Amino acid sequence: MEHIVIIGNGISGVTLARHIRKLSDKKITIISAESEYFFSRTALMYVFMGHMTFEHTQPYEHWFWKKNRIDLLKAYVDAIDTDSKTLQLSEGKSLAYDKLIIATGSKPNKFGWPGQDLDGVMGMYHKQDLENLEKYAPNNTICKRAVIVGGGLIGIELAEMLVSRDIPVTFLVRESSFWNGVLPEGESAMINRHILSHHIDLRLSTNLKAIKADENGKVKSVIIEETGEEISCNVVGLTAGVSPNIDFLKSSKIETGKGVKVNRFLETNIADVYAIGDCAEQHEAIGNRRPIEAVWYTGRMMGETLAQTICGNRIQYKPGHWFNSAKFLDIEYQTYGWVHGKKGKPDYEAHFHWKHQDDTKCVTIAYHKDTNVFLGINTFGIRMRHEFFDTVLTEKWNVNKVMTHLSAANFDPEFYKLHEKDIIEKYNRDTGNNLRLSKIKWRSIFA
Amino acid sequence: MKLIKYTGLVIFLIGLAIFTGSIFTGSFSLSPTEIDQYIDEKGYKSEIIADALKKNIATDEALNIFEFSSRVRQAFKHSNDHYDNLIATYDAEKNWDKKGEQYQYKIYGKPHTLSYDLAKRAGSGFVKDNPALMWWLTFGLSIIGALLYILPNVILLGAPGIKNNGIYHKSATNRGWIAWLVLLYLVGFYILLYFKADYVVNWTFILDPISKALNGGEASQWFVYGFLYCVIMTVMAVRMYIKYRHNKYQILRTTSVLFFQIVFAFLIPEIMTSLNMPGYDFKNAFPLDYDFFFEWNIKSLTESGAIGLFILVWGTILTLIIVPLMVYFFGKRWYCSWVCGCGGLAETLGDPYRQHSDKSLNAWKLERWVIHSVLVISVLMTIVTLYCYFSGAESFLGINSQWIKDTYSFLIGAWFAGVIGTGFYPIFGNRVWCRFGCPLAAYLGLVQRFKSRFRITTNGGQCISCGNCSTYCEMGIDVRAYAQKGENIVRSSCVGCGICSAVCPRGVLKLENDNTAGRINPTEVLLGNDVDLMDLVNQK
Ligand SMILES: Cc1cc2nc3c(=O)[nH]c(=O)nc-3n(C[C@H](O)[C@H](O)[C@H](O)COP(=O)(O)OP(=O)(O)OC[C@H]3O[C@@H](n4cnc5c(N)ncnc54)[C@H](O)[C@@H]3O)c2cc1C
Ligand code: SF4
Ligand code: SF4
Repeated sequence: MEHIVIIGNGISGVTLARHIRKLSDKKITIISAESEYFFSRTALMYVFMGHMTFEHTQPYEHWFWKKNRIDLLKAYVDAIDTDSKTLQLSEGKSLAYDKLIIATGSKPNKFGWPGQDLDGVMGMYHKQDLENLEKYAPNNTICKRAVIVGGGLIGIELAEMLVSRDIPVTFLVRESSFWNGVLPEGESAMINRHILSHHIDLRLSTNLKAIKADENGKVKSVIIEETGEEISCNVVGLTAGVSPNIDFLKSSKIETGKGVKVNRFLETNIADVYAIGDCAEQHEAIGNRRPIEAVWYTGRMMGETLAQTICGNRIQYKPGHWFNSAKFLDIEYQTYGWVHGKKGKPDYEAHFHWKHQDDTKCVTIAYHKDTNVFLGINTFGIRMRHEFFDTVLTEKWNVNKVMTHLSAANFDPEFYKLHEKDIIEKYNRDTGNNLRLSKIKWRSIFA
Repeated sequence: MKLIKYTGLVIFLIGLAIFTGSIFTGSFSLSPTEIDQYIDEKGYKSEIIADALKKNIATDEALNIFEFSSRVRQAFKHSNDHYDNLIATYDAEKNWDKKGEQYQYKIYGKPHTLSYDLAKRAGSGFVKDNPALMWWLTFGLSIIGALLYILPNVILLGAPGIKNNGIYHKSATNRGWIAWLVLLYLVGFYILLYFKADYVVNWTFILDPISKALNGGEASQWFVYGFLYCVIMTVMAVRMYIKYRHNKYQILRTTSVLFFQIVFAFLIPEIMTSLNMPGYDFKNAFPLDYDFFFEWNIKSLTESGAIGLFILVWGTILTLIIVPLMVYFFGKRWYCSWVCGCGGLAETLGDPYRQHSDKSLNAWKLERWVIHSVLVISVLMTIVTLYCYFSGAESFLGINSQWIKDTYSFLIGAWFAGVIGTGFYPIFGNRVWCRFGCPLAAYLGLVQRFKSRFRITTNGGQCISCGNCSTYCEMGIDVRAYAQKGENIVRSSCVGCGICSAVCPRGVLKLENDNTAGRINPTEVLLGNDVDLMDLVNQK
């Protein structure tokens, strides 16, 4: 029986294993050094905040793996010998494979800051980081202040985690406005204000220069690059992005760049070796996507796709329309299609922006300046229907048509106050249109 | 703010302590004349009960309720034992006539109920003499304290949004010692209420004035329970309003259950009683209202003229037509989390414990076995009862009508719905009864699963498998298992509380009523991936 070995028990590796099992009878082994069982990395914050226990983050009960004949192996892979098709495991063991999938995810970026390896300095990616945080920041007497370096999605989650335990947080963000490499100005500014309203000491356009230690080798303070200011703190969170976790491949023949180089079939340069998830790097970007996409959904979609190839139906990885979501403290965010921030915004992309007066809801819709084709939407504080926008993007709707059917796109819970009327009025004012909301339900539109 | 909160907690605990402590106060005795009067009223024929009671409780001693209860029960036992002995003797002598005569002297009824009746008349003391003051010291202090504890959350919780911080760090909500204490208290409360009502007769004195104002009569232990139920729900509804103030679905739903509890379950039946009508809760549908078709109820209804007849017809239509029709249009939520009293308590008092429901597959299996068994048994019981009622027989299909009714009332009605159902909130979650025991829920669930427009729609591929939805589903549904596959949630047990949707950080879940086509949509590859792959895999 063919032996499929998957390194990494994250969403990509596990999705792949599940789908291979559905399609075939192959022997499957998943190796991970991080945890016995698959857990949802995205839920780590909720464990620290006391919303859930770690067990709750495991999407499958323990019997699931045995029942589906997916062998789990807790071990660290030190090296891969692709000639003899064997893995070198820690503690001197080895394992032979017929097909190998690298799904090792990411690790937090460290940019060579002085003091970046001190006690009390940590990323927020692995389960061990969570345990570390619990150790160094259990409450605000042990951790009097934490400094977070890097204003991305994980940074703001870490800030929310610490704030939930009443730990004062200073949040250093290199950009001039939070996450404005991705978000358009209005949205980014709204999130800035939201962060401040949670009593987080947000420092924009601020870089870390160095981390200083006390006599025991523990974090004592950080120094700000721009001002030389010293901020005393007990914990430093490094959340300046992630990069593929592939150092252990250096000695192998597998081609790597920033990540494991793969073609559209998710194959590496070596036969029978594949890579998926955060650690995979496309030779060429697909559409507007980046060559490395460190998001949950990408890992899952790659897993779904590669299972076909492994089971004899060789197909390309062809993701559909881009979508994503996040939550900034109390504000939920969803995006469908492409809405660019200032950086990297194509010339043809025009924006319509609406913001609610309560400063916690806003919507940005991108469309083609010349053709008026709808390109994408960012929505904050209002839930929208994935299926609606997926169809709209496929059918290349005119933005005016999208606006009239906005009610059908709403996915907020029942009885919520709806804002579509407001939105379309603002749109009419901005664009000189005279559109009116349609009452047709979304299913009927596409019927 | 924190100071106000903790002051509130202390005041609440003082109120609760006085309430609990009041059980032990007062003295209980009756004069010989009063005892004679009582026996007369009840029409007891026993020739020795009067003396036995006089000897035991016509005394100058200050008996507390426990001593009093024990002496009363002794007296009744003494009388019954006496006649049982005679029966045995005549039986041995084969003197059938004499033996038969003795039965009329026996006194039937549960010992603690007999004792409760007497205690209600025999009580005196501070509580009985000062009901208004006592009301303020017990209900009053507890309500004020609880509100002081809850209201600061408007500010302490910060901006509106999901605030589940620390739930798994706190002893009260993480099955710690506080949770166990609460469990003990609740279980104790229910056992006293259901089985030893005489011990808590002092509580009824506190509410006598209110009861008289509402229905003209003195308060019974059930009046106390009903009143307490409304008070607790109201206070805990305030907590819900604050906690979910960003979520209109939660606010409306909470208002709705509160309204139905106070008006339908409490006020209307009381007012009906005061008008000499049978007190009836118009929303309490059979088979949750399991004694609706019991002889005594049918008899009382048929003897109550037009209103009785109306209730009989309404009750039947409610169960056979209104309930399933509404479930078809709106799902079982219209009842379970918008109307029902049990649901109402679960959604208010029980909300802090919702995360304790067991999400395992085994629990789901157990749930289906148990709840459907209860449904079958309750229907069987009703068939037997009705058959016996119309035919005059004592049993049907080999089942004794009285036996099955008594057993059901004891095991399901009292133990399952009350002691376990509510008492175990802090450890097993707030919907143990609704999930495992309620026959009405089983019935609604079957309709919801197979013929309804209701579903929880999963928003394409947006789920990140975080598990908040499953953790906070009070019915123990593994919501995530569906959401992470992009599949709608169509489950018979879902009561549509909407909390899974509320806690989801990615906006994945929406409760809605829509066409039945495509309601159940098993998916393997989620929206957002290659459309051809989706077609290939999902069409299979
Ligand atoms: C705090 C946080 C929040 C996030 N929130 C979101 C979100 O809201 N939405 C979103 O789209 N994405 C989010 N992400 C990103 C998302 O979690 C990742 O993209 C996703 O988990 C990557 O999955 P993966 O399967 O590629 O790798 P991983 O989940 O990283 O799994 C790889 C596994 O392989 C193990 N491993 C690595 N090397 C070896 C080795 N040599 N030997 C043995 N085992 C090894 C690792 O320890 C790890 O367990 C979040 C990430 C974090 C950290
Ligand atoms: S599935 Fe959601 S709506 Fe249904 S009972 Fe569970 S939490 Fe409530
Ligand atoms: S809460 Fe939302 S994102 Fe999390 S598992 Fe449930 S549906 Fe998915």
